[in-house]
Amino acid sequence: MRAIRRRDGGVPLPLLVPAVLGTAFLVLPLVGLVVRAPWSGIAPQLARPEVGSALRLSLLSATAATAASLLLGVPIAWVLARSRIRGRSVLRALVTVPLVLPPVVGGVALFLVLGRQGILGRPLFEQLGVTIPFTTAAVVIAETFVAMPFLVISVEGALRAADARFEDAAATLGADRWTTFRRVTLPLVAPGVAAGAVLCWARALGEFGATITFAGNFPGTTQTMPLAVYLALQRDPEAAIVLSLVLLAVSLGTLLLLRDRWLGRSTAG
Amino acid sequence: MTLAAQVVVRRGPLTVDLAVRVADGEVLAVLGPNGAGKSTLLRVLAGLLPLDGGRVVVDGDTVWDDDRVHVPAHRRSLGMVFQDHLLFPHLSITDNVAFGLRTRGVRRPAARGTAQGWLERVGLAGLGDRRPGELSGGQAQRAALARALVGDPRLLLLDEPLSALDARTRLTVRAELRRHLADFAGSAVLVSHDPVDAMALADRVVVVEDGAVVQAGTPAEVARRPRTDYVARLVGLVLLPGTAAGTTVALDGGGAVSVGEPASGPVFAAIRPASVSLYLQRPAGSPRNVWPARLVAATPHGSEVRCDLAGEVPLTADVTATSFAELGLAPGADVWASVKAADVTVYTR
Amino acid sequence: MRRLLALISLLTVAGCAGPATGGTGTVPRSSDDGLTGTVTVFAAASLTDVFTTLGAQLERDNPQLTVQFNFAGSSALAAQLVQGAPADVFASANPQQMAVVTEAGLAAAEPAVFAGNVLEIAVPAGNPAGVTGLADFADPDLTLALCAADVPCGAAASAVFADAGITPRPDTEEEDVKAALTKVQLGEVDAALVYATDVRAAGADVEGIPFPQAEREVNEYPICALAAAPAPAGARAFVDLVTSDAGRSALVAAGFRAP
Repeated sequence: MRAIRRRDGGVPLPLLVPAVLGTAFLVLPLVGLVVRAPWSGIAPQLARPEVGSALRLSLLSATAATAASLLLGVPIAWVLARSRIRGRSVLRALVTVPLVLPPVVGGVALFLVLGRQGILGRPLFEQLGVTIPFTTAAVVIAETFVAMPFLVISVEGALRAADARFEDAAATLGADRWTTFRRVTLPLVAPGVAAGAVLCWARALGEFGATITFAGNFPGTTQTMPLAVYLALQRDPEAAIVLSLVLLAVSLGTLLLLRDRWLGRSTAG
Repeated sequence: MTLAAQVVVRRGPLTVDLAVRVADGEVLAVLGPNGAGKSTLLRVLAGLLPLDGGRVVVDGDTVWDDDRVHVPAHRRSLGMVFQDHLLFPHLSITDNVAFGLRTRGVRRPAARGTAQGWLERVGLAGLGDRRPGELSGGQAQRAALARALVGDPRLLLLDEPLSALDARTRLTVRAELRRHLADFAGSAVLVSHDPVDAMALADRVVVVEDGAVVQAGTPAEVARRPRTDYVARLVGLVLLPGTAAGTTVALDGGGAVSVGEPASGPVFAAIRPASVSLYLQRPAGSPRNVWPARLVAATPHGSEVRCDLAGEVPLTADVTATSFAELGLAPGADVWASVKAADVTVYTR
Repeated sequence: MRRLLALISLLTVAGCAGPATGGTGTVPRSSDDGLTGTVTVFAAASLTDVFTTLGAQLERDNPQLTVQFNFAGSSALAAQLVQGAPADVFASANPQQMAVVTEAGLAAAEPAVFAGNVLEIAVPAGNPAGVTGLADFADPDLTLALCAADVPCGAAASAVFADAGITPRPDTEEEDVKAALTKVQLGEVDAALVYATDVRAAGADVEGIPFPQAEREVNEYPICALAAAPAPAGARAFVDLVTSDAGRSALVAAGFRAP
């Protein structure tokens, strides 16, 4: 009995060694940032109004992009995991394209559709005078484009892992598919949706290439933290390190806060 | 509600083609081994699986399924109980039971009130605030039954409702289920692989093997006169097909057996293992059915030992543990098996 | 699918890393037939077209010689050299990044300025917004791109606007000149301030509008052979070619100013 318990607690060596190496690989660059950070320079950096506005814009646009991804991505995931329509594997490949597309190319592609000369953007501009590029909306669009596939993949995985027979049970209890989705499927995969949303939010927060291409870079409107970091790197690498750490601290803090809340609820319930 | 269904579903190499009828207020048990197509039938009746052919008609003229019509599950007036209860893990027991009322537009307080009444009826009063994970298997299955019955369905479908329970719980839940089925005004279809369920709960039984109905009748008929090895084994009989002439049946597998009542043509001869006796020497006197056999397996079975015999006539014998020991039997032993002609039941195939 | 994705990402990574890693090459020996071995040139991205042509010419003249390039932003190249990247020649798009390399003691000789570059207004083909000069950059109704002040083209632009007494109203401050130019090419901005060579390289999609104030902010391009060059003879030959008359005319053809 005791031997069994001990084995349950331990990590087998063939897993432990790569796990430790992997952790070091992921954490050491962060340690590098922390070690090289000019701590005395942090206060004046934080006092710069551009830093505050970039941070605010980053959090706002990443959250908006996550909301948009939830609204559009969860239904995509459902179609991929549950529907019997033809061409689902093609659909899956298509919606995951942004994962392999270099983000800068993604930004150019967004121009070709939503830009002033784009397929949809041109009538929008010529009929209504609306331009999307170089606005905060463009930041959200670029981030959504890049980050939504992460959500779709997570939620699809959660849906596939969830027992579809609960949905059968709901149907025999008079629930149509929409009611079943709302009252049974969605609550069942809520942890997967939450994980996907976190992944999506984190990706959106760090988004650089598609944003700077499609939304440009203008302080207060479209300059998110990653853009500010990149530009600072051109001129003052130490300032760039400080800004990276600020972004890192804020995003880690947010995730831990949310995680505590979610985990707290799910273990209690 | 009356139900008449002709269900054709192709499932890989197996084609399920089953015809069942359920009269108003009747409980029909569908008995069969795993993979025979029982659950497929139930899923079709529930509207969860589309038909490849055939039709499902209720109340004589309401079509649920045919080549043009498919009424989806949520529009059928039915309740279904699943093998592993499938209570929604994110809802309390009360909300689980109230679910079927809420989907049909009953407001939440009223639905919860009705649900609590049902929880009392199934003996779960006071447990309504728990989550499904906090119930025992028997309690969960009771809650699942309440959930299925709460909307007063006209058809109740039970998919192996007892098989996930341990033996003792199964006994009590079966008794309760029997009581609720007696109170239930609608029709019910029960799928099981346990003949005891069928005997205890059903008015009629159909036996399904390889996607086809192989036998139908009252539970007593099926138990007394099984028509396939599967049913015979379930009800504890050895089934020997053959051709009768007078009181002798020439067995299809070789050899002959003497029977008590004269018959003719293709018949089944059924022998209860308890009426088979084993000897080390050819028995004296003149039992008319004596065969040499080899003991191939011996399984303790209560105070008896079930002995599987290989020989010209394949038999199973139940002998007391005492005589098993006295005879000094062990697998591989050569024995003589005998059975009185009067103990062999014969009926036409 | 997964394997395809893995393959694509692998190719992408390899494509990025390729030019920076190669290049130690064999030590070239002078012989009667000309130079041999491999010369590795780290050069500012704006020199891509001209240097590729000049490199091919040097290879034609010396059949045993291979010239390979690592084109990137000058600051990235300077950082790579300081970190010990093996190279024979460094050509920078500005004196500041060359100074990074010379101050690290990596130059084999005094850097020579071989070209200059001036800003030009880039507009989409046909100039749909009717931009005429630098003053249009103060028009809030136009969609305008500048380089961010942190990068060289942005610094030059700031100086030009200060000089002209114009307060620009850009919609975006791009991370580099190519990004600004891309937005002109796509027709998404009405005008951007980029280098004359970029306008030339962009072809028919982009029209250039020179303006007089640009002449006061000529961006100088220095080049030098490196002290640790694995192929010093080849390095000298390449620098000589770039600073020769032939090199000069190739640069001018590409829109550069003669030094």
